[in-house]
Amino acid sequence: MATHAEGEHFAGSNKLFIWVWIWLLVLTGVEVFLGYVHLDIRLMLTILIGLSVIKAALIVAYFMHLRFERLSLVLTLVPMLVVCICLLLVFFPDSFRNRTQRYTFESDKPMVTTTDEEEEE
Amino acid sequence: MSTEAASADRITATEWSGGALPYRVGHRKLGMWLFIVSDALTFSALLVGYSYVRASSEQWPTPFPFYPSIVFSSVMTLCLLSSSLTMVMGVSASARRDYGAVRKWIGLTILFGAAFIVLHLIEWKHLIDDGLRPFSLPAEWVERWPQGSPLFGASFFAITGLHMFHVFTGLIYLAVVAARVRKMKHEDVEISGLYWHFVDLVWMFVFPMIYLLSVDFTPPVH
Repeated sequence: MATHAEGEHFAGSNKLFIWVWIWLLVLTGVEVFLGYVHLDIRLMLTILIGLSVIKAALIVAYFMHLRFERLSLVLTLVPMLVVCICLLLVFFPDSFRNRTQRYTFESDKPMVTTTDEEEEE
Repeated sequence: MSTEAASADRITATEWSGGALPYRVGHRKLGMWLFIVSDALTFSALLVGYSYVRASSEQWPTPFPFYPSIVFSSVMTLCLLSSSLTMVMGVSASARRDYGAVRKWIGLTILFGAAFIVLHLIEWKHLIDDGLRPFSLPAEWVERWPQGSPLFGASFFAITGLHMFHVFTGLIYLAVVAARVRKMKHEDVEISGLYWHFVDLVWMFVFPMIYLLSVDFTPPVH
């Protein structure tokens, strides 16, 4: 987008913000459409996370104005956050391992919300 | 803070030359940014926790039909996205010192945010009436997903609940800003905008991960 106007005081024109909003709506529309068609859940997850990261980047860059801040601020905030989130992913191998080793309930049935009448039986 | 000219000199200094504002933002704005980073980690941890539980469960209920559930939550998303646009309009009005316009735009933002909360509470009420609880599933769901993890409710209520709490505190924050806008510096209005956009940003991850990955495609039990 070449429509942005960079100023010292408060950069970004209203036109630019409306364009960002429209892009956010379009990307959300694509996500909802993916919910309508039936995709494999892994493919779906990958696409959804990818689109959400793009949307988050648009919000942070334009609405939260980070694109117009000094690079030092961006470098202080963003890489640290990305590294910490990536570190959280270390749990996932364990979650797949868990599937075979997990504790099984005696009844092997999940807990069900019971209504009052059923409890009396 | 000293006079404008003196502060301009200090601003231009780099961080290594002892610049008073190495990031060229005030301490409050930097504080809000640091809060946002830590809060982003809280939500990432919750979403990773939800993904962990879902991946390690034998079966996960996917109870949201496209209509009405997904359409309903898409409208909620639209509310939040639009509230972000009106907020950014309010902040640029504040840069022009047009206080009437600031109040109008922030008022609209509050309206969209309140609409989001009302819609969300209606949805919660439906799910609770169906019998969804933090640690148990409705009987009808168990019929359809016999191995379904009872932690569905816990992850759903914890993540959307914490997000709703953020929206709620954001509404109070914005109401205070709108009321006191004449006494506030422009940067303080901008800081409230940062918080509001962050709440919107979190929903951009909650919506696909909680709702769009739980669309109901399983055929009903006969």
